[in-house]
Formats: sequence, C-alpha cells, structure tokens
Amino acid sequence: MKLKLFYPNQSSELALPAVGPLSAGFPSPAEDYLEAVLDLNQALVKNPSSTFYGTVKGNSMTEAGVDDGDLLVIDKALPYRHQALAVCYLDGEFTLKRIKIEGQNLYLMPANPTYQPIMVRAEQDFCVWGIVTYVIKKVY
Amino acid sequence: MYALVDCNNFYVSCERVFRPDLNGRPVVVLSNNDGCIIARSNEAKELGIRMGEPAFKIADFLQQNQVAVFSSNYALYGDLSHRVMSILGRFTPELEIYSIDEAFLGLAGLNVDWEDYGRKIRETVLRHVGIPVSVGIAPTKVLAKAANHHAKKGRGKQGVGVLDSPEKIEAALKELPVDEVWGIGRQYTKLLKAQQVETAWEFRQLDDDWVRRRMTVVGLRVKKELEGIACLEMELIPPAKKVICTSRSFGADQTDLGPLEEAVATFAARCAEKLRRQRSCAGMMMVFLHTNGFKEDEPQYAKNLVFKLPAATNSTIELARHARAALRVIYKKGYRYKKAGVIVMGIVPEERVQGSLFSGVDEAKHAAVMKQIDRINAKYGRDTIKIAAQGSGEKWKLRRQKLSPCYTTRWEDIIKVRV
Repeated sequence: MKLKLFYPNQSSELALPAVGPLSAGFPSPAEDYLEAVLDLNQALVKNPSSTFYGTVKGNSMTEAGVDDGDLLVIDKALPYRHQALAVCYLDGEFTLKRIKIEGQNLYLMPANPTYQPIMVRAEQDFCVWGIVTYVIKKVY
Repeated sequence: MYALVDCNNFYVSCERVFRPDLNGRPVVVLSNNDGCIIARSNEAKELGIRMGEPAFKIADFLQQNQVAVFSSNYALYGDLSHRVMSILGRFTPELEIYSIDEAFLGLAGLNVDWEDYGRKIRETVLRHVGIPVSVGIAPTKVLAKAANHHAKKGRGKQGVGVLDSPEKIEAALKELPVDEVWGIGRQYTKLLKAQQVETAWEFRQLDDDWVRRRMTVVGLRVKKELEGIACLEMELIPPAKKVICTSRSFGADQTDLGPLEEAVATFAARCAEKLRRQRSCAGMMMVFLHTNGFKEDEPQYAKNLVFKLPAATNSTIELARHARAALRVIYKKGYRYKKAGVIVMGIVPEERVQGSLFSGVDEAKHAAVMKQIDRINAKYGRDTIKIAAQGSGEKWKLRRQKLSPCYTTRWEDIIKVRV
C-alpha cells in the first residue's frame, strides 16, 4: 500500500534490498552498488500535498481509457489544458469529463459515443476540482 | 519580518474541500461525542450560532436554517493540516507550526513586496489543498498575529494584512482590543481594563516598569513585540512533551468495570505510541475517572491515582497493565462514569532509561515487539494490531453520527467520480 497521507511530504518508506548475512571472509561484490528499490509513489505522485485519489463509477469515458472501478490519481493544483481529464464538481457530484468551450457555452464531453455532451448552465453549481494525472487499472 | 498564516474556519473548510456544494451555506462542526459547536462557517456565525453552544440545545434551529452539521473528523483535518504546513514549508525553512491550523513563517532576509508575497502564499495553499487562509505580515510575531486579525476583520486586502510602517502599525493597534493581543490572557485583560486600557495601542503606551512589575517579563516582552522589537524566537523544533495525556468522554455513560478497563488500556496504548514517536519513556502514571458533573441529580464520584512505574517504559503492554491495575483501585460500583483518562509523566529520553533489576521485564524484547507493532499499524492503519486488553471499544467509543468520509486516509472512503 502507500503514501502515508498523514505526512504528505514524506514518501513511503523505501525498503532496501537485503544484503544477506555478512560473511567475514568475502563481502558481497554487490554491496557497493546497492540502491533504493523503486517506489511507485515517486513515479505517480509529483505533488504529494495536492494529490488525492478517486474511484471511477460509470462508463462514459471508456474511449479515453477510463473504466468502471479504475483508481484515479488526481492533482488539485494543475491547471486545465486541452484534452486533459478534469474531475469536475457538478450539482453535488464529482464527475470526470473533458471540457469544451464554444462561444459562451461550456460543455462536458464524454468519451463514449452512447453518451451526450452536457452543457453546464450558469446557475448550476460547477467547478473544476482537479486534474487526473494517472489512471490505474487492474488487468489481472 | 514574520508571517502568521491561519486557516479560515479550518474544520469547516476541510469539510468543504470535498463538498464544494457547501460553499456559501452555513456549516458547523461538533466536538467529540457530537457535544458542542467547535467550528462555524461565516454563514453560521451570521445566523448567531455561538462557539461552544451544545448542539442538542439548538438542534431545531440548525434544522430550520438548513445548517450542515458534521462530527469532527480529525483524520481528515490532520491530513489536510499536514498538507498546508508542507506547502508553507516551501516558502521558508523557518516554519513554526503553532497549532493544527496556524503557523509562523520567519522571513528574514527577504526583500519583496509583502502584499504580493502574502497573496502568493494564500493562492498557493488554496490551489493545492483548497483551504482558504489569512496571512498577517509584520516585523514581530505578536504584530504578525495582529496583522492577521486585521486581515480577518476585512481591513486587509483579500485576506492579507501587512503592517510594515509605523503608521500602519498604529492604525491597526488602535483597532485591536487588548484581549485579542497574542499573549494577553484573561487575568491580564482584567488587570488592563481596570487601568482603562482597552486597545493594543493603549497597552503599548504603558510604562515599561509598570508592565514588568504587574505582568512580569512575559508581559513586557509582548509590549516590546508590539513596539516592533522582536523578542520571541521561532520555535522550529517542537520541544518533547513533558506530560502526555489521553482521555475521552464516553459516547454513553459506563457503569461496569469491563468496558472501563478496555478504555484505560486503549488510552495507555495511545500514550505509549506518543512516547515512542518522540523516543521517550515515562516513569510515572496517573489514571483518573469521573461521573458527569452536569447531571446534578445523579450520585457523583471522581478519583485519580498517581504512581511511580517500576521502571520508565514506553511499552504498550506495560503501560496498559499498570493503567488497568490503577483503575481497579479507584473504580467504585454504583456510579455512571462519563470520562476516564491516562496521563504519563516523568518523561525521559529512551536512551537514558536504566533497566530495573526488579521490574522483571525484558525491555529489549518489549522494544522489539513495539517496533513491529508500530511498523504494521503505520502501514495498515491504527489498531490493526493491538493488545487484547484494549477490547473492541464497542461500549465506550465516541459518538460520531455525522462523520464525513475519511477521504484522504482510507481507501474505501476516497471520492467516487461518476463518469
């Protein structure tokens, strides 16, 4: 498991590869080359203090590679850019969509032909809450 | 220069990070056991809801006004607090975490536009964590606190208050009630009001000798700080605690010894964890319990027991064993108990502990077991491994009926995103 979120500036404990019992006569030739093992947190969490996780419910973004049950790594601090996957808050619910702006109108675009774009009306409660940086999928 | 950064209505703001629909609506957070109001949004303050008000007394009012009510979710607040503090730590190596929602930043040697700088702090915290903060910047810590107050009262610009000239300082201190000055407590406020001192500015006009005589050197330091002379150091490393206390009010009154034993064993376990985290051991313990003093018609009983431990220790097993034994001494049948607690004292650094020949405890073995327990609990969550004496807590644990999900500390509670 992972990221002790209690201490966001502290990456998870890095386990060091075992050296084996020290022999008095022949020290392991690998000993001088030991490195910390690879830690997924380092690869997937660039900004621990602004990173949050979410789970996916639904199928409107399958063509963007996002399926029901996937785990999302969300960075709250990133700005939206074209084609980014945005975690939006709309009328009391988190939703994941791409954003399209046409004239005065803002649309939430699905990535699945069986779903329709959603036009956000001015009176609706809407914000872009964070940007998805990684989608983690269980495939086995 | 120093900055004081203070999170606005912190507990409420934490709840709103994951419930943006609550922005602009009245929100309150309740104390342990859903007792009293301990945090209010600005909208709740405008409704006249007071701090410390018992929730049950205003239950109807809260409902009529559609106030969103939350039990306190310290796992969530603690995590967001760490995030805020780690961002503040990017601005300066001199960071003093003063409380869960406040920190001083030492800004010596910086040459910047302070208004801009304060705004940048504010925007960065808001963008990364979603928590709004107020920033006060001034030549001393006491003045930074005053500048922050100034900003909160809407006198500063967009949540940033800067007191960087004698004129600005004078204007702010003339508006600051003396009891709002950092370091002036209730006793000193009474003393000062008797002298017709109402504002921080009037306090600053007092004679140094009088202040030293009546308010000791501590009061004089506050006065000097208000004059712009820095005499309070940054406390960068929190001093190791000399006393550690864990106590709780029970969700429901307890009459039997069994659940009370489980409770004090759990409190002892928490104390042991805190001791190990600061690498120290305790040589003394106090165990206390009492009935509910507010229920005047019920028989009342309160008792504590202070005793020396056979050897200073931070072993959960040892501390829980002694806590339960002490409880059995002070427990009396026939009362309805509201609260119990464990306090450990006589705290010494781990490496200074001398084994006692007579304690009969294999300290090395205990230390090895505790290390493994801490490791597993850090990885899989608190109390994944606990000692049997702690029990399930079913009977006595906190009442938290309106608890929000632990969005950042439990996998099953992370946000659900509809797509």
